[in-house]
Amino acid sequence: MAFLTLEQVNKFYGELAAVRDVDLSVARGEFVSLLGPSGCGKTTTLQMIAGLVEPTSGRIMLDGRDITHEKPNRRGLGIVFQSYALFPHMTVAQNVAFGLEMRKVPRAERDRRIGEMLALVHLSAFAERYPRQLSGGQRQRVAIARALVIEPPVLLLDEPLSNLDAKLREEMQFELRRIQRSVGTTTIMVTHDQAEALSISDRVVVMEAGRMTQIDAPYRLYEKPATAFIASFVGRMNRLEGVWRRNGSASAIEVAGTVLASEAADIPAGSVVTATIRPEKLRLHKAGEGRLDGHVTSRFFLGGHWLFNIETPVGVIVVSMPNDGEEPAREGEHVGIGWTPASLRIEASGGEATT
Amino acid sequence: MNRSPAAPWLLVSPAAVLFAGLVIVPLVLTVILSFLTYHYDTGIGDQYTLAHYGEVLSDSYYLGIFWRTLRLAFLTTLLCALIGAPEAYILSRMRKPWRSIFLLVIIGPLLVSVVVRAFGWSMLLGSTGLINGALEILGLGPVKLLYTETAIVIALVHVMLPFMVIPVWTALQKLDPQVEAAAWSLGASRFTALRRVVMPQVSIGLLSGSLIVFGLSASAFAIPGLLGGRRLKMAATLVYDEYMQELNWPMGAAIAIIVLLANLVIMLAYNRAVEARARRALG
Repeated sequence: MAFLTLEQVNKFYGELAAVRDVDLSVARGEFVSLLGPSGCGKTTTLQMIAGLVEPTSGRIMLDGRDITHEKPNRRGLGIVFQSYALFPHMTVAQNVAFGLEMRKVPRAERDRRIGEMLALVHLSAFAERYPRQLSGGQRQRVAIARALVIEPPVLLLDEPLSNLDAKLREEMQFELRRIQRSVGTTTIMVTHDQAEALSISDRVVVMEAGRMTQIDAPYRLYEKPATAFIASFVGRMNRLEGVWRRNGSASAIEVAGTVLASEAADIPAGSVVTATIRPEKLRLHKAGEGRLDGHVTSRFFLGGHWLFNIETPVGVIVVSMPNDGEEPAREGEHVGIGWTPASLRIEASGGEATT
Repeated sequence: MNRSPAAPWLLVSPAAVLFAGLVIVPLVLTVILSFLTYHYDTGIGDQYTLAHYGEVLSDSYYLGIFWRTLRLAFLTTLLCALIGAPEAYILSRMRKPWRSIFLLVIIGPLLVSVVVRAFGWSMLLGSTGLINGALEILGLGPVKLLYTETAIVIALVHVMLPFMVIPVWTALQKLDPQVEAAAWSLGASRFTALRRVVMPQVSIGLLSGSLIVFGLSASAFAIPGLLGGRRLKMAATLVYDEYMQELNWPMGAAIAIIVLLANLVIMLAYNRAVEARARRALG
């Protein structure tokens, strides 16, 4: 059952639509990410849920209650801000205590809950420190503890990891997921980092120009992106424009005179199609042994895997290969590219080919 | 790079010479002057005496003026804080064009001489002035405003307000706007968020503003001189009178030194008390 729902929510700034026709329903305990480039309306959406921005129209329901026009201090949601927004003149314990004081929780219970929460985020030893004496990752955990200690129905995270360095960011992703699992709080996270969204969410909502264009589990979002934008925004994608050919039972796509084998699709022969394939679904072979030949124009070593840009008759193809400990093809080398036809996705791009 | 050990000294020397010549030397001369004897017949003598200090500190006339100076300076500081802090907060929450416009409105009066502004207030507050005219129409009768402490405080608050608004505004600029939203999200009302979260963080700005306003008010000359009249004296006008009317320079110097010391003690004590607290919290 839906715990938090947004119904036809719109936000206009004058003529400018920041958020348009947003419908979203989040189940209790779910971890949902709002993913999109800057200016896509994801932060505005979060702020409307938080009550910091008033929607122009639409309804926001929390556990059956209409909270659309409720003040932020009455909603009782936990928010972790991008800057963490810790109170610099208060110690860690005082920061965490603030929300409980506002709720007039008796002192003994307050102290117990602060202790539990600081233990959960591994900060028990830092209770008497001031925020300025903490590292970025520790501040982040204080912000999470402060938001969770009030036992909010929903936890809102606004780009929570964007101020951390790469290594810490990865650690905090898992940490965030662990904390969320152990308290079971419904969580909505805003991020522009697709890797972050894919790795910790139950569902990912992709936003483009104020609209939600796809709401799906991370795996399906990656494998079956609904739009070309999502395909290129989430992970890397090779795109080929071509003409759909059918020869009896065999189907193929013809790109710039080269015919590439593909699985059958219900598309009339002769229409213009777009073929997409993820770089990691391509394999490198010796020249002439793959489905397509080309030469390596550049390669990048990324630790866990290699990335190749390969110049072929159909354009530059990006290939990703896991690092198996041996040095693969060098720059300038001629190679063949292979794939299983099933991994090549074909979509009609509309229009009839003239040739 | 090889740097001469004398370089730092050479670099500070122009400022040091200026400071010594224009502040230290006159101050030392004033201190010496305050201990010299004075006779109405012979003028300034060459013997040293503590008589001036004794007279100032035992005469209720002088003590009354000191007390008034402290009282009015304190009242001005308090009013400036009460008006200036909310003013600065509103200013910091304003949108783009309005913020600079209103900042200019606040700073604008600084471009007009204090004397001109004091005359402006005396025209407004006078027995036939605009305010009394309005009161008369309302049937509240003429009220004596000019040459009262009220007139001095009104004009001082007007003149000193920018010195309070600007430091508080600067402190607010450094404040993360999300911090206030964080307090709301945790259940704090707007007022509680201001009191518990915003105020403690701007206390340094409020402190420096208060120090400036108090110091300038306690040593204000033009406003008490023009709006307090001949009889309602404050410390600075008293010193002026001793020098220029009584020609008793040693007495004037003694009063000036006492005012300076009193000001210094009050401001240092205040500074220590509040800054220690703020430092501990803000680093």
